[in-house]
Amino acid sequence: MTDLPTDLTRATAAGLADALASGAISSVEVTQAHLDRIVAVDGQVHSYLHVDGAGALAQARSVDDRRRAGETLGALAGVPIAVKDVMTTKGLPTTCGSRILEGWVPPYDATVVTKLRQAGLPILGKTNMDEFAMGSSTEHSAYGPSHNPWDLDRIPGGSGGGSSSVLASFQAPLATGTDTGGSIRQPAAVTATVGTKPTYGGVSRYGLVALASSLDQAGPCGRTVLDTALLHAVMGGHDPMDSTSIDAPVPPVVEAARAADVRGMRIGVVKELGGEGYQPGVRARFDESVALLQELGAEVVEVSCPNFEYALAAYYLILPSEASSNLAKFDAMRYGMRVQPDGVDAPSAEQVMAATRDAGFGPEVKRRIILGTYALSSGYYDAYYGSAQKVRALIAQDFASAYDKVDVLVSPTAPTTAFKLGDKLEDPMAMYLNDIATIPANLAGVPGMSIPSGLADEDGLPAGIQILAPATKDERLYSVGAALEAALVDRWGGPILDRAPELGVAAAAKGA
Amino acid sequence: MTTVATDAVMDYDEAMRKFDPVMGLEVHVELHTATKMFCGCPTEFGAEPNSQVCPVCLGLPGALPVVNEKAVESAIRIGLALNCEIAEWCRFARKNYFYPDMPKNFQTSQYDEPIAFEGHLDVELEDGSTYRVEIERAHMEEDTGKSLHIGGATGRIHGADHSLVDYNRAGIPLIEIVTKPMVGAGERAPEVAKAYVSALRELLRALDVSDVKMEQGSMRCDANVSLRPHVGDPLSEEQLAVPLGTRTETKNVNSLRSVERAVRYEISRHAAILDGGGSILQETRHWHEDTGITTSGRVKSDAEDYRYFPEPDLVPVAPTRETVDALRGTLPEPPGLRRKRLQSDWGYSDLEMRDVVNAGAVELIEETVAAGASAAAARKWWLGEPSRRANAEGQDIVTYAAGLGLTPAHVAELDGLVASGRLNDSMARQVLDGVLAGEGTPTAVADARGLELVQDDGALEAAVDKVIEANPDVAAKIRDGKVAAAGALIGQVMKEMKGQADAGKARELILAKLQ
Ligand SMILES: [Zn+2]
Repeated sequence: MTDLPTDLTRATAAGLADALASGAISSVEVTQAHLDRIVAVDGQVHSYLHVDGAGALAQARSVDDRRRAGETLGALAGVPIAVKDVMTTKGLPTTCGSRILEGWVPPYDATVVTKLRQAGLPILGKTNMDEFAMGSSTEHSAYGPSHNPWDLDRIPGGSGGGSSSVLASFQAPLATGTDTGGSIRQPAAVTATVGTKPTYGGVSRYGLVALASSLDQAGPCGRTVLDTALLHAVMGGHDPMDSTSIDAPVPPVVEAARAADVRGMRIGVVKELGGEGYQPGVRARFDESVALLQELGAEVVEVSCPNFEYALAAYYLILPSEASSNLAKFDAMRYGMRVQPDGVDAPSAEQVMAATRDAGFGPEVKRRIILGTYALSSGYYDAYYGSAQKVRALIAQDFASAYDKVDVLVSPTAPTTAFKLGDKLEDPMAMYLNDIATIPANLAGVPGMSIPSGLADEDGLPAGIQILAPATKDERLYSVGAALEAALVDRWGGPILDRAPELGVAAAAKGA
Repeated sequence: MTTVATDAVMDYDEAMRKFDPVMGLEVHVELHTATKMFCGCPTEFGAEPNSQVCPVCLGLPGALPVVNEKAVESAIRIGLALNCEIAEWCRFARKNYFYPDMPKNFQTSQYDEPIAFEGHLDVELEDGSTYRVEIERAHMEEDTGKSLHIGGATGRIHGADHSLVDYNRAGIPLIEIVTKPMVGAGERAPEVAKAYVSALRELLRALDVSDVKMEQGSMRCDANVSLRPHVGDPLSEEQLAVPLGTRTETKNVNSLRSVERAVRYEISRHAAILDGGGSILQETRHWHEDTGITTSGRVKSDAEDYRYFPEPDLVPVAPTRETVDALRGTLPEPPGLRRKRLQSDWGYSDLEMRDVVNAGAVELIEETVAAGASAAAARKWWLGEPSRRANAEGQDIVTYAAGLGLTPAHVAELDGLVASGRLNDSMARQVLDGVLAGEGTPTAVADARGLELVQDDGALEAAVDKVIEANPDVAAKIRDGKVAAAGALIGQVMKEMKGQADAGKARELILAKLQ
């Protein structure tokens, strides 16, 4: 058992879990420490859209009571968590970063949230995100962007920038995410945290406000590979409420993370991901990581996935198509915002729907609804949605033939380190290119993970390496991730997040 | 207050001389599964508004559908009973359009991959001939909620102050059964339409998959009608070669009688327009039961774009051959064959059987016979007073009898009272009146009203003697062999007995005394 730091917010989830299990600390203490941290730093980072201190403490007390009563509790019982605002939480606002859901309090919990509650994880609050998960920076949140704790003028990634910045600023030891095209992995990469997009169907989608149903996948976010694995085991598993959920046990992710063994594994470097458009510092850290894996006993080969070239184009037809239909339900009739159209005496339902959707959705959401509506229109369906589905099948084939040769694939997670807030806001295409390496996994439904690979020389900002495995073989991500993480931390002489600027100091300085 | 201009219509016979009608019927059937299509909410009709809802059927953010396996089974059974192919693999699709009664603003339906396709249903017409209706497809979907428009004069949205939506119906499993163009029916098109819906209803009832109550909306019919120039016999090659005309779709025609009337009306209306050199507007029409006309609904172009795409929240439906074969084994005897078997069991003539079928009394008679009545008596009683009254009320006999509490067991009991000699025919009619008036079972009514044939031969003999004595002339005729004259005496004996005598027995006694 590792020694716990005096500041409980600097501890790993695994460390906290051990200390809680041994009775060395209480969940109330841990939870309160994080709530204090939120008060101290979230004004600068803006990770949370909603903090539920009373609720979190009540859950913490209940876990402490149950533990004292001798109940057998789950591995993470008492460890607090932040939940992405795309997951419904009974009694807690759920906005998806959108005005249109402002004030909506769901009457039910997402299956993932139910599992968190049953496992005894106090929910600290809901984290910021790009509106309806559309974006790579949180700049499309209707409630303002989150900031990257490494440099507050930079983006924390997106859409799950609230969850990544929560972890990187020690406002929670764990967080949930959802990943439709990279929304867990890219934020992890640019904040030097860890995030996994499980196999499609590995974690229930019930209660996740859908962006693109065939691409969306919820997953765990943490600061270490083992923490992420522990959360993965809690979140995963079959759910009869989700027809696309896989009816099989969660892959042995925790065991794999603990074993951290890559000896004899065949690792493929994807030729198409990492060339032109990739920042040199990102590329350099990636190459070093690959070399380390080789030193650790893995066999590394280059693998070609020729159809990945078309992934972004296919993705930006499939995603808007599904999103245009999924977002149709926000019509002011049953919940959420309702806007009366200007200058209309007795507006019809249709007029109220139009006025509300006009006022309630941000520009990126509108852009994608329009794109999707167009792509599904009769006469265009075959050329757009139909062709995109064919590309999708080809990408799945690329993965299948790659996995004939290797056990896992690797690439840089994102082409660049965190860019400055506002830099790409006016250029959607540049923003979309951020997800070029992460999107293929969503199209094929295979699992992927990002872990920190180091800091880029040119800007001193975090870069990430992505690991991809065949469907249902999520444990391989953790084998590779944990082995590489151990070697890198050893090389760095400690967790990379220790090198991030001290937010508390900055706050104190400002206050003084 | 707006007045609806009444459209010109052409005399039906004249229309038939000039045009050849083609129909297409779309029938929506609500399945009576215990739970909805994609969630666990109950489906009972008539519950408190919005009391049978959950995140799924309210379309709350994050909720996901799960297919009701029972509904899929029902869909497959319906497909098999309609002689359809059953898809080995098919998907649901989203039909996207905005309307407040649609919680998700898309309907989860099926598009180009229906669960059942390419079938037929043979429909028997009034004259005993058969018309084969080709079935294009039967697919699964979910029902919408129900809008209530408050404050308008007509209950329609036009002029209403506000609208309320009841989502209890949202998500109830629906099967939509679509015919291919029904050609060659000629002047019998309206009859064919009605016979098809009727046969379909009979089939669905036999399958026990739906309440098929048109008046409650658990079975709804949309009738497409188009006309093309009449060039020969309806089934002649040259007639069938004429391209189809523009169609109109008359929505929610909610009784068998209305199906026939609405088709007939639309034929006459189209004919008047076409004959006057006009062209038909492709549109939906509303049927008005009270006035027997249709009025214009919304203009419907072929390009109406529902942006269908495969439902990504559901996995494909892929019934195994074994499942389909097992379901095939659960199909009831086809109603047509069943009718033939019952007719032969019951010894009815074709005409008698047709009357029974038209009256909708097949099941009632079957149950009455099972309860011990003779087939002839069962037919006589059901097609008599109850059927007459049901007709007068504009109800079907089953609904009418159920409403009054008249059961097959009652009718069998009544028949038993006649067969045992306790009641004669006219007394039995009085007893039936009592049962229909809610006075109780036949025996109870007979007891209460003191209806019983006098079994005391002494009283009857005394009455016979009295009547013979009072009518010496008639008595003499009978003695001379004019047996027919006995009728006059029987009438008087029955009068003496206040009707409570067995006329047959009275005749026997008179003849015995005078011969
Ligand atoms: Zn429901």
